[in-house]
Amino acid sequence: MHIPTPPLDLEHARDASFQAAVASESGQCLASCYQCGMCTAGCAYTPDYDVPVHQVMRLVQLGLREQVLSCRAIWLCASCQACTTRCPNNIDVARVMDVLRHMARRAGHAPEANVKTFADSFLASVARHGRVFEAGLAAVFAIKSGRPMQDAGLGLPMLTRGKLALIPHEPTGNGKAEVAAIFARFNRFADQGAGRHSHDDVQRSGTPKASANTPKARSDTAKDSAPTTEDGQ
Amino acid sequence: MSDATTTNLTLAYYPGCSQTGTAAEYDRSSRACCAALGVGLVDVPDWSCCGSTPAHTVDHHLAGALAARNLIQAELTGHDRVATPCPSCLAALRTASHHLAEDSHPNGAAQNNASPGDADPNSRTRPSFRSQVERLLDRPAPLRSVAVSVLQVLVEDVGVEAIAAAVKHPLTGLRVAPYYGCIMNRPPGLMAFDDPENPTALDRVLTACGATVVDFPFKTECCGAAFAMPRLDIMQRLSARLLDMAASCGADAIAVACPLCQMNLDLRRGQVNAFSLGQGGIGHAMPVPYFTQLLGLALGLPESGLGLDKLVLDLRPALAAAAERTAEAQKLSAQAAQAQKSAKANGKNGTGHGPKPGCKENTPCA
Repeated sequence: MHIPTPPLDLEHARDASFQAAVASESGQCLASCYQCGMCTAGCAYTPDYDVPVHQVMRLVQLGLREQVLSCRAIWLCASCQACTTRCPNNIDVARVMDVLRHMARRAGHAPEANVKTFADSFLASVARHGRVFEAGLAAVFAIKSGRPMQDAGLGLPMLTRGKLALIPHEPTGNGKAEVAAIFARFNRFADQGAGRHSHDDVQRSGTPKASANTPKARSDTAKDSAPTTEDGQ
Repeated sequence: MSDATTTNLTLAYYPGCSQTGTAAEYDRSSRACCAALGVGLVDVPDWSCCGSTPAHTVDHHLAGALAARNLIQAELTGHDRVATPCPSCLAALRTASHHLAEDSHPNGAAQNNASPGDADPNSRTRPSFRSQVERLLDRPAPLRSVAVSVLQVLVEDVGVEAIAAAVKHPLTGLRVAPYYGCIMNRPPGLMAFDDPENPTALDRVLTACGATVVDFPFKTECCGAAFAMPRLDIMQRLSARLLDMAASCGADAIAVACPLCQMNLDLRRGQVNAFSLGQGGIGHAMPVPYFTQLLGLALGLPESGLGLDKLVLDLRPALAAAAERTAEAQKLSAQAAQAQKSAKANGKNGTGHGPKPGCKENTPCA
């Protein structure tokens, strides 16, 4: 396979602190990557990536922050763990890809908009119901992705086989309120940390649903138990 | 099976969200097989979503908190091991346990594998994983409970020999491709089960069931995972080659252990076949049961308790084909034995009548 080399602007684009920031957030020794290409060779997604994973690692080493955070590859990693399993230098490559995606979110990049929309819709469903409500997630994603008919054909086989729960299976006790409280704290801390990072994207994912749900979560919490009343503050 | 129930093996059980909807048959058949093999399961009370893949792609502390809440709940069952059928749940729960354990120093900064070359001046002041997760949970995070897969429990606690001994209706003649998916065994340091490149646990369970396990080179290749919704084209490409490979191995069915793999290969088969046909390939009708459904059949459990009717691609034609093939093979071998017998008898009777034409072909080399 021919793998093109992206043009590098080392003179102007280099952020000397980038490698250290990624190393710190991921807990991985990025300096030990010597570009053997094992990660790329085993990656099922290499044909879909704009930058193959070993080059992503190299761009991090070179401090080319924008080039890394704006690429599509970091959104198309499925966390299948092949790279992490096979790295001869024991780098948890999939965790590095995760951290780069976190950084890209904070920097406002989302070149694979639907991948981000899917994750956001999934977590919004969890924040609202305490568990994923599959039918609700599919409906929300169908609308938000702008491709409402893509999976329309799956509805009938699912319905006839009793696989499509039309009402959410929520946790039986206080779990729903506790999960809502975890998301509420996460969004609040993200806001507090917004001086350093912008968590706008994450905010948008959880908050509309979470805030619509908050008064209810608050009353559930107040009624059922005390530990999560912080949610209401 | 009453003797099996004396093993006194009881674990907490975390079904996971998919198992209440699209993968209800995985939950049902897992419970049925465990009950039949003497594994007691106590549901984690008031369980919630583990966070799965979307949570860790957004934030590691959020993922840790969503998983850790369930580990805390699991402790309420009084059992330290939590069995789950779903590899995504398994990975989320084990990742949380792993990072919480790694970070158990009360006032430690983040544990870093980073070398001095990667040194970040902020890393000393970065709050630990544990403290961040506990902040989101607003309570101390657990360390005690650990998640294991239902597959691991069946192979390591029950044992393949015990499974083989409990089989009542062996799946003789059924050729099965064992498909583990990406994360049942990977990364090995985290999952600590079987071989990450060539796992054999499913092979052994299916062999114990009497099935013929084909040598499937794509045991751990990704099916496209959760990309079916946001990037259908990627899922189609990856799942199509899994089906092509299984067909080239002569498999009647693909046995899976993951609800996401099952959904891509079964429910979304129309989408995958459409892609294959568009590429000049062929569509496949091969069914994709959960391994627990095949195990349940072999154990002689009632079909109604295994959710076979929930599979989009019917398993029965594959079972019928296997039975027919086995019957045919038995008939052929019986005929061959008969022919050999009669040839032997003819040979004796024919002594002194001179050699018959062609009899040389039927006699072993001198």
